[in-house]
Amino acid sequence: MSIQSTSAGTSAIDAAMLDLFAREVAKYPADQAQSAVMACLTIVQKAHGHVSLESEKVIADYLGMPQIAVHEVTTFYNMYNQHPVGKFKLNVCTNLPCQLRDGATALAHLEKKLGIKMGDTTQDGLFTLQQSECLGACADSPVMLVNDRTMCSFMSNEKLDQLIDGLRTASTGEAH
Amino acid sequence: MSPDQVLSQFQATGVQTCFHDRHIAPQIYAGLDGTNWRLADYEARGGYSALRKILTEGMTPDQVIAEVKGSGLRGRGGAGFPTGLKWSFMPRQFPGQKYLVCNSDEGEPGTCKDRDILHYNPHIVIEGMAIAAYAMGISVGYNYIHGEIFATYDRFEEALEEARAAGYLGDKIMGSGYNFQLHAAHGFGAYICGEETALLESLEGKKGQPRFKPPFPASFGLYGKPTTINNTETFAAVPWIINNGGPAYLECGKPNNGGTKIYSVSGDVELPGNYEVPMGTPFAKLLELAGGVRKGRQLKAVIPGGSSAPVLPAAIMMECTMDYDSIAKAGSMLGSGAVIVMDDSRSMVESLKRLSYFYMHESCGQCTPCREGTGWLWRVVDRIHNGQGRQTDMDLLNSVADNIQGRTICALGDAAAMPVRAMIKHFRHEFEALIPGYLPKTPVKA
Repeated sequence: MSIQSTSAGTSAIDAAMLDLFAREVAKYPADQAQSAVMACLTIVQKAHGHVSLESEKVIADYLGMPQIAVHEVTTFYNMYNQHPVGKFKLNVCTNLPCQLRDGATALAHLEKKLGIKMGDTTQDGLFTLQQSECLGACADSPVMLVNDRTMCSFMSNEKLDQLIDGLRTASTGEAH
Repeated sequence: MSPDQVLSQFQATGVQTCFHDRHIAPQIYAGLDGTNWRLADYEARGGYSALRKILTEGMTPDQVIAEVKGSGLRGRGGAGFPTGLKWSFMPRQFPGQKYLVCNSDEGEPGTCKDRDILHYNPHIVIEGMAIAAYAMGISVGYNYIHGEIFATYDRFEEALEEARAAGYLGDKIMGSGYNFQLHAAHGFGAYICGEETALLESLEGKKGQPRFKPPFPASFGLYGKPTTINNTETFAAVPWIINNGGPAYLECGKPNNGGTKIYSVSGDVELPGNYEVPMGTPFAKLLELAGGVRKGRQLKAVIPGGSSAPVLPAAIMMECTMDYDSIAKAGSMLGSGAVIVMDDSRSMVESLKRLSYFYMHESCGQCTPCREGTGWLWRVVDRIHNGQGRQTDMDLLNSVADNIQGRTICALGDAAAMPVRAMIKHFRHEFEALIPGYLPKTPVKA
């Protein structure tokens, strides 16, 4: 599975991102900049869609920690994308409370609708579909997290169709 | 429409889970409607009056701790440890920096109460933390929020800004000599970081692998400094206790189980959601508030305290009241208060298979019994579920569970083993029925 990477130039860590880094570092004691590593990785992922080894190097240098220590964090936490993903990453919870309320059904419906298996990305690079563990929204099941930020609740098959169709339409005409 | 506009149509409003009239005497969720989370709204509900009372009336730290001890408040994150006692463990005369940490890494399957507290009433947590920090002489705190609820994390940051601007956080709070700096941090998808020492490792910018205890965080916590960690709901209970007194809080629960508790009811009920009710409320009443078992089916089993708590069959559960002592006596634990309801159409083998997969996925890999054992548990339950179980598999499951439980650094190992043992204890026949040609060792009594 290969995904087109975002257009050239966007993989750099620019001054605006460094400002965001600085705001995170300021939360911690002066000799504990490493504490900001998770926030910095999240800032990079929001801007680039994933965390590359080059980004890890920049963060490591910025925080004064070994690059491998940054990589340990990227690889330990489930939500960091170590490789490019689709424009919309869909994480559907199928843990037990959700399984009891159609979480697995929602995942199966999306597999059918998108024509891919969980873990894969659509050919057009729009959607990556993943199974996820507990999102902490058990009473809203079926629930789905979109691009790490937006929790979508009570996702019946009908609403899943609306969401996918809506995101497709919203993306049409935008330059890839 | 932009993608964000499309997505905004599907976001929860809180009406189903939090803003309903099916709470009983709520304290933390009282008066919320989804729009009134800001500072001015919180003040209009009497917010920050407890902090003001402490600072203007000159309540001493000892008096605050005594009030919390007298309230019977017990940790809402899962362990149920008496909060006032925990606070008294912090070294008072320690010369260096001490830290206060709020554990909002709510990822125990079934639990979604802290999300609604933080999203719809963030200032109650800020006030609770400011009071706790005052009581323990702490000047810096962090609230570590589940990465999956990022919108809630962003909102908490906004609430912090409001509190700083109004002088409820920062230096010389309300003109007193008391300083408290509070910051928000977030996780990014690791169940294990709900374990307090894993959370501390994560806050230090590392993999979230739990630490050996002892030393306990009260002596060696964040950056090796004395640290107190409490759950979101625990902090949220504190302002009410200061305003109304410890005895009043104790009185609205039952002895040794003070106050109200928020139960996240999920699974096979008509109205899944969060329910804030007094400690000691009968389970039957809670089930009724949640609309009963859905589709008119019969109750089969309940996991009363999050996925790590042992399952209880309907007959036992219907006799329980919802408090630490009653659920413990019945052989399970109240845990985080996540009540997972299962009806009579459910396969316990399938349910356990999903839970076992979860623990395998989330084991941090540090201890061999857990890292290897959780994989064994899942593979054996999976093959039983697929009709490929073996004669020896029931013994094998118990043996693997025995070799995990009590043999790991943190409680994730126990959390993986306990559901297996409880499922086999109460629903053994369902597993045996799926094993081809299974011959019970002892004759089945009629």
